[in-house]
Amino acid sequence: MKNRLLWPLIALAALLVLNLVVTPSFFALRIQDGHLYGGLVDVLKNGAPTLLIALGMTLVIATRGIDLSVGAVAAIAGAVTCVHIGTSGDAGTAFAGMAIALVLCAVLGLWNGFLVAGLGIQPIVATLVLMTAGRGVAMLVTEGQIITVNNDPFRQVGAGFLILPISILISLAVLGLVALATRKTALGMLIEAVGVNPEASRLAGVRSRTIIWTVYVFAAVCAGIAGLMISSNVSAADANNAGLWIEMDAILAVVIGGTSLAGGRYSLTGTLLGALIIQTLTTTVYTIGVAPEVTLVFKAIVVITVCLVQAPKARAALSFRSRKVAVS
Amino acid sequence: MTALTQRVSQRVPARFLPVLATVVLFVLTFGVGSASYDGFASGQIIANLFIDNAFLIVLATGMTFVILSGGIDLSVGSVVALSTMVTAAGLRAGWPVPLVVVAVLVIGSTLGLLMGLVIHKFDIQPFIVTLAGMFLARGLCFLISVESVSIKDSTFRDIATAVIELPGGVTITYNVVIALVVVLVALYVLHRTRFGRSVYAVGGNEQSALLMGLKTSRAKVGVYVISGFCSALAGLLFSLYMLSGYGLHAVGMELEAIAAVVIGGTLLAGGVGYVLGSLVGVLVLGTIQTLISFQGTLSSWWTKIVIGALLLVFIAVQRGLARGPRRRQTLTS
Repeated sequence: MKNRLLWPLIALAALLVLNLVVTPSFFALRIQDGHLYGGLVDVLKNGAPTLLIALGMTLVIATRGIDLSVGAVAAIAGAVTCVHIGTSGDAGTAFAGMAIALVLCAVLGLWNGFLVAGLGIQPIVATLVLMTAGRGVAMLVTEGQIITVNNDPFRQVGAGFLILPISILISLAVLGLVALATRKTALGMLIEAVGVNPEASRLAGVRSRTIIWTVYVFAAVCAGIAGLMISSNVSAADANNAGLWIEMDAILAVVIGGTSLAGGRYSLTGTLLGALIIQTLTTTVYTIGVAPEVTLVFKAIVVITVCLVQAPKARAALSFRSRKVAVS
Repeated sequence: MTALTQRVSQRVPARFLPVLATVVLFVLTFGVGSASYDGFASGQIIANLFIDNAFLIVLATGMTFVILSGGIDLSVGSVVALSTMVTAAGLRAGWPVPLVVVAVLVIGSTLGLLMGLVIHKFDIQPFIVTLAGMFLARGLCFLISVESVSIKDSTFRDIATAVIELPGGVTITYNVVIALVVVLVALYVLHRTRFGRSVYAVGGNEQSALLMGLKTSRAKVGVYVISGFCSALAGLLFSLYMLSGYGLHAVGMELEAIAAVVIGGTLLAGGVGYVLGSLVGVLVLGTIQTLISFQGTLSSWWTKIVIGALLLVFIAVQRGLARGPRRRQTLTS
């Protein structure tokens, strides 16, 4: 367990040190109006949606699945809430809008679960349907416009502070709940069992279908909350660009965290580290003054490096070579 | 309906059924268009389907190889963008057109080769490796230029605007010819060469293919080289079509290509499918777009919803077919 988290930890530490070298004030924290400000807080705040989606993704991947539709679901959640809020500024409307959006997301998760567990379609394809159609639906909801809202309670979700940014508190709370639910009960073991061998676990009496439904619904709800954070942060719903590529970031976070795409063992702490690495990387690229679009190159390098380091074959090749060197 | 499918399946081998379904779908969508709008059922509209989707045809052809082998290539859209960028930047720097073409094709194939090698040598999932490739290619675009670069080279513009007159007053561009040649070559390679057989065999069951003594490694790496080459070529066609290079070109095109291949009846699990199916799949997507633009009041996002719905129908159909005669094989999945 510790060994698996070693490389992600080293990567994160290296990135943080790099930041310290480039901008010595990176680690400086200051409190202003009861809000905590600083480079690290920014990383946490901007990384909250990715972390949340990656949490849902971890459980899905642990069942040997994948959910490509989370970005589209996030866009739908933002769109539905903003359309419901409209010009209203009161808290009731905001909460009603968010509730409607999250219920809708749960339904979308049920739909994914139905395709995967009910019809037995490959998860990549099954969720590709909603990934393609979902953005269309989000645009249908917003009628192709960027909907801006001016609602203070809603703004708190993504941009508010309770000393720390509220968004990261939400993400960490979800992380804590998931950790409790899966590690203190048998649920986590059952999820891993389904991922290792769905057929065998079904024969052993695990309700693998129910578990698969559950993880897809959970992933969709996580995506919904993340969508609320994204649209609340800018007080607008952008059906085209909200949560664009976030499914890829989330999958990367999960993989960097040491959870194998082949299903089975998963690590929530690893996912937390993975999400932090991705966000720190993005922030680092900003601070060292490279065009933000070039972040993608760095992401690619990190992904490949981490995957190679974790791949059993690459490890074997490396250790074989070093042994040969030692002998000669 | 079941009686009909049974009668059809007696005459046609079951493996052709998904492709047949795609052809029927194409005829249906096109029929709906022709019945509803004047001027829809013209030769030029069909030619335009090819002109507007030439790059997608090439892309879907390369993707068919990868999917047949049981893999997936998410990098194709980004490689298209990178190719447009290299083309535009190269021409701006005064490179001759042939050099630009060679450079683009070499870059695309090399990226494909690298991804294939990583997938094969280190046993890392294609999904993740090509995802990294996707990020890398898009990042490299922005490394060249963050802005859109327009293509002003006169030779290149001449090729782009040149048209070929077909009998009946229908005109096509050279893009269409190139795309159709690619499809023909792909047909030959898949059905008439050892490499093509190995691709099907690897997608069907890699272990068996290996035990049969097929060169599985060559097939597994080769499909990514082909896909990379096709993406680069599609990128060249796309630059001819758009006459500019931009890092945000072809965003999400990998999904369109995958959708076309799936709608064309290729199983994403690998081993079953045809290049011609993917070609018809692209035409179906193109027809839907044409229909929506003819209709006028429907907004463009309906295209996405319809494509999603079609994907769903085809996956369900594939699932039904797979559950029938091949039940024993699919039980484990």
